[in-house]
Amino acid sequence: MPGPGNIEFSRRNLLIVGAASFVTPGAIAAPTAALAQTAAAPPALSKVALNINGKVSELELDTRTTLLDALREHLHLTGTKKGCDHGQCGACTVIVDGRRINSCLTLAVMHAGDKVTTIEGLGTPQNLHPMQSAFVKHDGYQCGYCTPGQICSAVAALDEIKAGIPSHVSADLSASPQATAAELRERMSGNICRCGAYSNIVDAITEVAGRQA
Amino acid sequence: MKPFTYERARSPAEAAAAAARIQGARFIAGGTNLLDLMKLQIETPGYLIDVNGLALDKIETTPEGGMRIGALVRNTDLAADDRVRRDYGLLSRAMLAGASGQLRNKATTAGNLLQRTRCPYFYDTNQPCNKRRPGSGCAALGGFSRQHAVVGASEACIATHPSDMAVAMRALDATVETVRPDGSARSIPIAEFHRLPGDTPHIETALAAGELITAVTLPKPVGGKHIYRKVRDRASYAFALISVAAVIQRDGSGRVALGGVAHKPWRVEAAEPDLPRGAKAASAGLLADATPTRENAFKLLLVERTLGAVLTEARA
Repeated sequence: MPGPGNIEFSRRNLLIVGAASFVTPGAIAAPTAALAQTAAAPPALSKVALNINGKVSELELDTRTTLLDALREHLHLTGTKKGCDHGQCGACTVIVDGRRINSCLTLAVMHAGDKVTTIEGLGTPQNLHPMQSAFVKHDGYQCGYCTPGQICSAVAALDEIKAGIPSHVSADLSASPQATAAELRERMSGNICRCGAYSNIVDAITEVAGRQA
Repeated sequence: MKPFTYERARSPAEAAAAAARIQGARFIAGGTNLLDLMKLQIETPGYLIDVNGLALDKIETTPEGGMRIGALVRNTDLAADDRVRRDYGLLSRAMLAGASGQLRNKATTAGNLLQRTRCPYFYDTNQPCNKRRPGSGCAALGGFSRQHAVVGASEACIATHPSDMAVAMRALDATVETVRPDGSARSIPIAEFHRLPGDTPHIETALAAGELITAVTLPKPVGGKHIYRKVRDRASYAFALISVAAVIQRDGSGRVALGGVAHKPWRVEAAEPDLPRGAKAASAGLLADATPTRENAFKLLLVERTLGAVLTEARA
């Protein structure tokens, strides 16, 4: 079973082997020097206890590890997806202390003591979260890659509406926002679906919002 | 990403002192912009000082009847604050027009002010950029410049400031409060906080090395209609081509700041007496001495027409 970091290590080996088989011995000097230079600054390690879906795990991580990489590569919770890794696509959305965030744009070491909920913590195949059921019912996906992020984002977005947080399309800043299609589209704009399942996603969230009302 | 040491700050003054003392140190709060730039090795700090544990996350009323917003107040919380929605609607509207729900949940008041330009040549480390590598040149000048600055730019840099929030803060006469490495505090009017590029576009703010933002204050509410109109390439989750932040009074007088046109939130107080005369007169003063490129000259007319729409809405 691969331990923490093994996945990255094997990828690097693959790259080195790949390069060596296509270049002459003289040309290998350049990439080797580049690798040596990178190795000059050793990674800093830091211990952190992460509470993911109610389970606390003690990890010792390179400080550079994002929450997303900690979830996927170290805790093997691969439901949370890496799309752009720059906060533009929303595939990595998780819920931290009740709020949706991009797990790719935050460091794991910054989340000691926080309660993190991933798609695995919302529901299971045997016991789906209402939002998961609604996505299935309304065909709110095609390839499924953005879906865990869409679902985490949708669950938290409905909570934001319930908490009275306005949005760009709320006509009246002082009124309580409602889960209209226009509100849902605006609030879900941080989750990109390249299959274009948007209208079905809005239908799924609308159904869950109606149930909660 | 380059390796870095990570530490949690214990007080604002200690954080500022450490940041000034340690070579290559940076503060991290929400991290949504800094980590993005670190992944691309545009920012390469060797030391990160996490300021999230500092108790700078409160919104308070000031003795003058204004508002003091802690540096760590998240964009979502500031936009949703009851008093902000009632008395500083412009600020709520500007914040809600920016980024995504996920990003607003992390992004902080201070971090929003300090975010870096989204100029594609700043982001592409294969291109020259005086902001990223001083003295290397500006690839935007002869490149695709549709999104770039039309006023206040220089031969060294035509990047824009990407923030929506900062444009509203400029219109509302905010003040940035800081603590310096020696522990002393100072207040910087928002007008002096962001710099024009000149020949040092890598220096973007008035902050000294290690200086930490602790709060942003707003003077007491000025009333009037608060309107933030943002024009962008898609309906949501995109940076502004241009934006207009306006507070317009019943008699037609008011104040206006522009986003997406300059290296800083753009306000020309001398042009504001022209607001009752309409958008053409006011935008002429706002955009006097504009130096657009062939690709972004459209922004001049776009500002005039958007301001026109804002003034019409204010009268309605």
